[in-house]
Amino acid sequence: MENILKKLPQKPRANSLYKTLIYIVVISLVIWGFSGIQYNGIMQTARGEISDMLNGFLNLDTVYLTSFEADALVSLPYAIVETIAIAICGTFVSGILAIPFALMASQNIVGQKTANFGKFIITMIRTFPELILALVFIGVVGPGAPAGILALGVHSIGMLGKLYSEAIESMDIGVKEGVESCGGNSSEVLFRAVLPQVAPEFLSYTLFRFEINMRAATILGLVGAGGIGAPLIFAIVSRNWSRVWVIVLALIVTVTIIDLISSSIRKKLV
Amino acid sequence: MISKFEHNLPKKPNKTKFYSNVIIFALIIISSAWFAGFNIITLFQNFFRFGFRLIGQIFFPPDWGYFDNAIPPLLETIQMAIVGSFIGAIFAFPAAVLAANNFIHIKWLNKTVRVLLNITRTLPALVLASIFVGLFGSGSFPGVIALSIFSFGLISKMTYESIESIDFGQVEALMSVGGNKWNILRYSILPQVLPQFISYTLYAFEVNVRAAAVLGYVGAGGIGQKYKIFLQLRRFDNVGTIIIISFVAVLIIDTISSSIRRRLV
Repeated sequence: MENILKKLPQKPRANSLYKTLIYIVVISLVIWGFSGIQYNGIMQTARGEISDMLNGFLNLDTVYLTSFEADALVSLPYAIVETIAIAICGTFVSGILAIPFALMASQNIVGQKTANFGKFIITMIRTFPELILALVFIGVVGPGAPAGILALGVHSIGMLGKLYSEAIESMDIGVKEGVESCGGNSSEVLFRAVLPQVAPEFLSYTLFRFEINMRAATILGLVGAGGIGAPLIFAIVSRNWSRVWVIVLALIVTVTIIDLISSSIRKKLV
Repeated sequence: MISKFEHNLPKKPNKTKFYSNVIIFALIIISSAWFAGFNIITLFQNFFRFGFRLIGQIFFPPDWGYFDNAIPPLLETIQMAIVGSFIGAIFAFPAAVLAANNFIHIKWLNKTVRVLLNITRTLPALVLASIFVGLFGSGSFPGVIALSIFSFGLISKMTYESIESIDFGQVEALMSVGGNKWNILRYSILPQVLPQFISYTLYAFEVNVRAAAVLGYVGAGGIGQKYKIFLQLRRFDNVGTIIIISFVAVLIIDTISSSIRRRLV
């Protein structure tokens, strides 16, 4: 091996200055990053905390796991189902809302200039963190699951709109021209040429987003937007580890099952 | 116009399965909307009652005097994101190599590593952060650990998928001249997946910036702490300033990072 390496032709030396510059920039960014992290040492209570955590893990809160009341703080199954419901509704809302945004961002539908503008709007939506959106919507429609649904619904437009518009831009334009050539108007073009072609991809992206939203829905409750986040943060703050671990395990199981179902449907679609 | 052509078309295939699928999906969506209490009419009523006033308080006008005070926590947020994705990436590469089944042919090892990676990706960074806040006290350190674990899961998942889809001819070429595992890793796998690996790291960095912006909500440093304080004080004009500043910062970082990623891959 080593003597083969010696026989190889010399590597090109171009761009070495450019490369060093990149290395310097990256290294200094990382150093700057580390300089901002203050490490205060482990808390004095940490040892007790860890043993509490382990104890909690060994004595899981089965009462919470097995009660069936219509209150997320009392019943884990209710909280999980509510979280799933938020994720489903949020995904559905964004799946519908994203279509007009995607059409506005597709260069083969509305032309280059409008498409650039539409793409910019979609990027702006994507940038807005969903937790902040949830805070805003809680102010707007009051605390509870609907605020979480709206937050997910609006935030997901950012990703779905982008993926949808990429699907529209890469579709076969001949079908659209065929409908136009026999006198189809723009709504006929949309419903008979564009949407039927991209529907499988749209569905697949929407399901993918549902998997992401499922994870996002678990934290929305932290700010009061429904779902399992609220009981989780209460349990963490009050150091009720037996309940924290029950919730965390339930989350891992639920999210894994939903991932499996959703990805098997996606495989059939595309 | 188009309906004239319709009767000349061949008959459509039987669609019972399609319709039953549609009905199942519709039922799932409607029942979850009912379960979550998602009612469009009350939403609009509430919106007209409170919504306009709140949005007015937040954005018209935001408190620009607070601008200078918001910059240091914003920088801390970015530092946390950089360190988080850096540490995550360092640990992610070996994990990805262990999880890829075309390089290490030990099935149980691939499987265990993958299960571990899945678990790290299932736990939201915010939950990890609040657990670490309990251990290390509030500050940026617990946030960084949470972000590192989260980016570790994300980067290694995407990297092992890239490793599994590399051009295997290069590996065979190295084997045919007597290269050992280490040579294969160094001269065939690493060069092939490095651009993608860097691209995934940058992607994790983008996600981290967004995640770090809210980690402070549980006491893990960064600009999120300010959100919490001002929301509790009901100083919505300051909240507006913070939202706008972090929004602009995220937008700039996303644009730079995604333009680098486009050149890499």
